[in-house]
Amino acid sequence: MKIRIRFSKTEDLRFISHLDVMRYFQKALRRAHVDISYTQGFSPHPVMSFASPLGLGQTSEGEYVDIEVGSSQPSAQMVERLNAVMAEGIQVLGFRRLPDTGKTNAMATIAAADYQVWLQPEEWVPRASCLGYWESYLAQDAIVVHQKTKSREADSDIRPLIQEAQWREDGSFFLRLAAGSDRNLKPEAVLDGFFLWLEEAGALPQGQKPALRIHRLDLYGEQDGKRISLEDFGEDMV
Amino acid sequence: MRKLALSEDILLQAEKPARYTGGEINAVIKDREQVAVRFAMVFPDVYEIGESHLGMKILYHLLNARPDVWCERVYSPWMDMDRQMREKGIPLFALESQDPLKDFDFLGITLQYEMCYTNVLQVLDLAGIPLLAADRGEDMPLVIGGGPCAYNPEPLADFFDLFYIGEGEVSYDALLDGYKENRARGGSRQDFLRKAAEIPGIYVPSLYRPEYHEDGTLADFVPLCPEAPRKIRKVIVSQMDEAPYPLKPVVPYLKATQDRVVLEIMRGCIRGCRFCQAGMIYRPVRQKSVGKLLDTARCMQDATGYDEISLSSLSSSDYTELGPLLNGLLSECRDRKVNISLPSLRIDAFSLDVMSKVQDVKKSSLTFAPEGGTQRIRNVINKGLTEEEILSGAAEAFRGGWNKVKLYFMLGLPTETEEDMRGIAELAEKIAKCYYAEVPKEQRKGKVQITASASFFVPKPFTPFQWATMETEEEYLRRARLVKDTFREQLNRKSLHFQYHEADVTVLEGVLARGDRRVGAAILEAYRLGAIYDAWSEFFDMEKWREAFRRTGVDPDFYTRRPRQAEELFPWDFIDIGVTKRFLRREWERAMEGLVTPNCRESCSGCGAAVFGGGICHEN
Repeated sequence: MKIRIRFSKTEDLRFISHLDVMRYFQKALRRAHVDISYTQGFSPHPVMSFASPLGLGQTSEGEYVDIEVGSSQPSAQMVERLNAVMAEGIQVLGFRRLPDTGKTNAMATIAAADYQVWLQPEEWVPRASCLGYWESYLAQDAIVVHQKTKSREADSDIRPLIQEAQWREDGSFFLRLAAGSDRNLKPEAVLDGFFLWLEEAGALPQGQKPALRIHRLDLYGEQDGKRISLEDFGEDMV
Repeated sequence: MRKLALSEDILLQAEKPARYTGGEINAVIKDREQVAVRFAMVFPDVYEIGESHLGMKILYHLLNARPDVWCERVYSPWMDMDRQMREKGIPLFALESQDPLKDFDFLGITLQYEMCYTNVLQVLDLAGIPLLAADRGEDMPLVIGGGPCAYNPEPLADFFDLFYIGEGEVSYDALLDGYKENRARGGSRQDFLRKAAEIPGIYVPSLYRPEYHEDGTLADFVPLCPEAPRKIRKVIVSQMDEAPYPLKPVVPYLKATQDRVVLEIMRGCIRGCRFCQAGMIYRPVRQKSVGKLLDTARCMQDATGYDEISLSSLSSSDYTELGPLLNGLLSECRDRKVNISLPSLRIDAFSLDVMSKVQDVKKSSLTFAPEGGTQRIRNVINKGLTEEEILSGAAEAFRGGWNKVKLYFMLGLPTETEEDMRGIAELAEKIAKCYYAEVPKEQRKGKVQITASASFFVPKPFTPFQWATMETEEEYLRRARLVKDTFREQLNRKSLHFQYHEADVTVLEGVLARGDRRVGAAILEAYRLGAIYDAWSEFFDMEKWREAFRRTGVDPDFYTRRPRQAEELFPWDFIDIGVTKRFLRREWERAMEGLVTPNCRESCSGCGAAVFGGGICHEN
């Protein structure tokens, strides 16, 4: 049966790469004696697929890995078993069974991601005096940013990919951004664009960009035109 | 939550931040207020290398088993981080607590190869600890060295307060108890060092003075106080089954070089190859029992989740219970989907059968280490591997579907002739011919691939070849080119590849391996000139070392090119490894006559290791 595991990545574990997380889970699942299914062949490896990789240095409470198992205990017990062998910075939050049929692959179903972002130091961009710029930044018809990927470099409009954006009273930003393999927007791009906007308005001295502390809250997929958390594609086993 | 020593900013700029953050599965965290002794265990190379080392894991485990001690790990910061720490004045710290090394009671540095010596100085320097032991005050950590290079500690004598000669399982309790007692008594650093000198296996270099003849050779090695014994005998474990073993080793997040469960099956080697230091210093051979090993393997897999297990020893084929051990592991590992890797196995019908069960024949390659190209030179080095054995092993393997072979050789061995050099290519050619003879055309999957690589021989202390003279850099390269040319003349040259190591590193390794206390000045100078990570070809810079030798007046040729007389007193002769100098000399003479000496299982040659009262010397 197919299982979706939701986990967090926090504290010092934010310094380990996506590749290291994948290796970490292979070992953790063995330590917890999860009855995971293996590929065939001479060097069988566990069947697992991870959702959207998280950038180095970022934390999250909405990470996902799908696995296949031959047997399982109820969800609550599996969560407990896994957390007994986890590092402090990675906690298993859910262990749910996915429907056997239908398009459920974690990476393929992703449509959006929620982030919370803090500025460091905050006082470089005071909310009280800059909130107006934030609103005018978002009110643009198009937000054209220069983006570099491994293969290409181009100007693109990110405005349609910002589904929700708020600058909260606690000073943090809440962002709901398009995510997934074809249309993916990183929270850094939204804030870098904002800093540029501030610079152009003379509200931020050149070169004095605050650092970003980025936390992913959850990943979402789409089903029948509705946005649902990746976790809710599965059901708790009782 | 632990506070990290490095800021987020610095960590995110680093090539691999996880080298510096610790917090791995099974890392030991204690309350710093509740322990009496803080011990930092250092491997002076990058994290991924050091984290793979079994000796570190054993010491970490046995020291942390004491409730009054907290042992933590330290590795050399990689070049990018080295620069950051120097620029920003960040002191080097231990991974677990992230506390600066200066706060520790002990810095234990493992010395696995000579080319890490400048990294030893890097670690001390970044920690803010004076490089010279003589400059360290009462509040500085005690710096103790161990590992194979501690069997000739003299080139590093000025940088260390103590050396540990032998296996860590034996004397650390006495050393740590002595340290606590001395502190409780209000004793000084000097008081402790004198006390420590009386503990078996402990060498305190500041309590000895070397004296030299006019020709520069050692005249005497004088103890300066009654506590310092004239001879220091190595300490070893006598019952391997009872030795502590790390059942819950640290599991790194980064991919370490050795990213698997390591199961040590025995220590020592029966073979007595005359160039091999490990084969002498770890005598006598001592085995663990199959039952113990299977239990250990199970525990370690449960505690780590590794999907691969590797047997560790100097020569696994000589483990007497190899069949039962492998059968036990195989049946267990099959259920758990665990791979077994089998390094250092002699290629024969038995090992091929086992390998075909645990590896993908199509992808794996076979390894032979003939070391020499002709039977004559193999007899000189006492490598009990004949051409017939190599060819029949290869034939068997080719019939079993393998078609990749790796061959390891050494160039520059004592008595080497051009015939021996050419023999390397000729042996490779014979193996290629064997493939085409054994495997019918329709069954061949492409060409056979034979890769031969040659390193240059470096004479090591406590081997029969410790009297050997080395060649010059140019001569090593001439010999390597001669071999390369001979490869080009072979009929099957398209199936053969030959590569060889760097020659300048070889000469330097030779100086450091058989150096005396005066060589320390050159190491220090080389470090000051910027030499670091010398074991890494991308960083190694011989020019810095040449300059260091010039400035300090240390003549490399004195250590590498000078013929040594039978009776010469060597800088390491104050250490007693059990194996006697008389035996080593006899082996040197037999080598010159091309005589093979039987291995420890065939018959005892009276090397002297029997004094330890254990192992193969006392079986039956």
